[in-house]
Amino acid sequence: MAGAMPMHEITERTAAIVDGYLHVEGPLLPILHDVQATFGHVPDAAVEKIADLLNLSRAEVHGVKSFYHDFQTSPAGHHVLKVCRAEACQAVGGDALGDAIQKALGLDWHETSADGTVTLEPVYCLGLCSCAPAVMLDGELRGRLKPRDAEALAAEVRR
Amino acid sequence: MTRVFIPQDAAALSVGADQVALRMQALFDDRDLDVEIVRNGSRGMHWLEPLVEVEIDAQRFAFGPVSDADVSELFEAGFLDGEIEHPLALGLTSEIPYLKNQTRLTYERCGLIDPHSLKDYRANGGMEGLERALTMSPEEIVSEVTESGLRGRGGAGFPTGIKWNTVLKADGDQKYIVCNADEGDSGTFADRMIMEGDPFVLIEGMAIAGLATGATRGYLYTRSEYPHAIDVMREAIDIARVAGLLGKSVLGSGKAFDMEVRMGAGAYVCGEETSMLNSMEGKRGIVRAKPPLPALEGFLGRPTVVNNVLSLASVPAILAKGAAFYKDFGTGRSRGTIAIQLAGNVKYSGLYETAFGLTLGEIVNDIGGGTLSGRPVKAVQVGGPLGAYFPVELFDTVFDYEAFAARDGLIGHAGIVVFDDTVDMLKQARFAMEFCAVESCGKCTPCRIGPVRGMEVLDKIARDENRDSQIELLHSLCDTMKFGSLCALGGFTPYPVVSALTHFPQDFRPTGNQQAAE
Ligand SMILES: Cc1cc2nc3c(=O)[nH]c(=O)nc-3n(C[C@H](O)[C@H](O)[C@H](O)COP(=O)(O)O)c2cc1C
Ligand code: SF4
Ligand code: FES
Repeated sequence: MAGAMPMHEITERTAAIVDGYLHVEGPLLPILHDVQATFGHVPDAAVEKIADLLNLSRAEVHGVKSFYHDFQTSPAGHHVLKVCRAEACQAVGGDALGDAIQKALGLDWHETSADGTVTLEPVYCLGLCSCAPAVMLDGELRGRLKPRDAEALAAEVRR
Repeated sequence: MTRVFIPQDAAALSVGADQVALRMQALFDDRDLDVEIVRNGSRGMHWLEPLVEVEIDAQRFAFGPVSDADVSELFEAGFLDGEIEHPLALGLTSEIPYLKNQTRLTYERCGLIDPHSLKDYRANGGMEGLERALTMSPEEIVSEVTESGLRGRGGAGFPTGIKWNTVLKADGDQKYIVCNADEGDSGTFADRMIMEGDPFVLIEGMAIAGLATGATRGYLYTRSEYPHAIDVMREAIDIARVAGLLGKSVLGSGKAFDMEVRMGAGAYVCGEETSMLNSMEGKRGIVRAKPPLPALEGFLGRPTVVNNVLSLASVPAILAKGAAFYKDFGTGRSRGTIAIQLAGNVKYSGLYETAFGLTLGEIVNDIGGGTLSGRPVKAVQVGGPLGAYFPVELFDTVFDYEAFAARDGLIGHAGIVVFDDTVDMLKQARFAMEFCAVESCGKCTPCRIGPVRGMEVLDKIARDENRDSQIELLHSLCDTMKFGSLCALGGFTPYPVVSALTHFPQDFRPTGNQQAAE
């Protein structure tokens, strides 16, 4: 998304985001979330601007960004498919589902397809452990899946 | 007007509740029927989701699991009349044994009411606790909570009243209530269900905690994996503010309390309270050494109560009904009720609130109905990714904090994940190490390096390379992690690993599991 965006636009939009959180106690995480949602990742130019406006060093902001799985360095795909790999899902075929999804998309964990359509992310529990195995596609939840559902999921993101 | 209830709980959504609601609305519109669809929370009978209920003369009739394809057939069969003969008809909801046999104190309203209706909330006993608390001194509220015997539901089981007392006694111009809604443990969804099904009980509990300790600001920290819970909570907070339940003068008392939601960013360790505080302050979620206790130096260095969702959501009932009432439930030093979550390979998956004191076997076999696959149970993991795996031989273990500790386990956040006999326990032990490696905050060497070594060792055991010495090495590695880690992530990862080794040694022998799976 932000790939083609000119630097000054990233800087300006980041500044506007930061501005909205200046009254907040501990504003950095909400800011990074907003930046990630806006650009599909947290660009270096945004890190620099945030550091500048919050009076932090760039290393500090980068350190925070890199600590959390949610904040990405390069743009995510148009769709993001998060597949639960935790125990309750494992107990009802989660591993087989994960394998089938990887195969259907031709992607490994954390990879984005070359055409930018989809990013495949592992997650550890979506709180759907009673309807396992489960995935989240762009914020939409799917439970009680079978490996044979992988093809349909793949078709859905390619559509 | 007839009301139809279709849950908007995330578990129900994951199996098509929205599609059912859409189809039903279209059908009612087509026929010009005066039926209102209410999006409630979940009753917790997740194997029946989407569970649709029809309300007739204040009685609710259940149907489930309903898919959108069933909608028109159910309608033709007359489901709006409640009592019908149909494969999906379950009769009166309140008579379904799974629900009827529970003791619902914290989940009294969950699934019953419209989560965004304060009117529904009040009509079903909501706000009585806060109203009573407003007639009491902070000391009186704290001692009521202490006397109830309530212990933290986040995992460590620390007495809630004692924590509150420390914050009450602490000096500080600003104190905070932080609700820990990070719920990262696999097999748990109880916090999510409260947030999505009865958000006002949590807001009420936090306001009571504020009154009790002199804290005027609250934060609810939850995970980014819970977008639906976040939406419901934010909307409920807005409604509560407009209604004067939150703000400068709580219910006109002249005492202030307000709160907001903060979202984590995909780090399991941020469920640890000091890591969470760092995260809220905009730092890396590194665990802090204790002391200082968060109760004395917490968020921004100020006195802070950090409590789990269920600890806080249990408080309104304790205040409304009295400490003695709550304390009367339970066993030993585990008082009150516990929201057991049944997940994984189990027939009747869902949430079951009951007094402490059932045995693990009763929970898994009698309540859970055994495995979903119909195969024999082999192992159950209790208490999330840091909890031990229990074999069927230990099914007489009583569900309480001390009984589980005595058997080298923990009840944690009361999630129970059931596995059938196809599970390979070496693989589960390896996953425990992998999870620790992925989620470690990196502060302690044993927790940062240990699990990586652990995976290597387990891989060697799987390949049958120097098996005996590698198993010995694994034990000593686990000891190092157990005693050399600052928090329970590094310190408790040995529980699943060692329990797997101890109770399922056959899976650590060459060809071990192939035999079991045959
Ligand atoms: C790695 C780790 C993860 C934790 N995750 C959670 C969590 O998701 N929710 C929670 O309430 N407590 C969690 N805890 C426990 C908290 O540190 C803390 O004990 C709890 O929030 C206190 O609240 P309580 O007394 O009401 O249980 C976690 C602890 C550790 C070490
Ligand atoms: S045990 Fe692990 S997660 Fe806990 S403080 Fe140490 S390094 Fe961090
Ligand atoms: S373990 Fe997969 S949703 Fe909880």
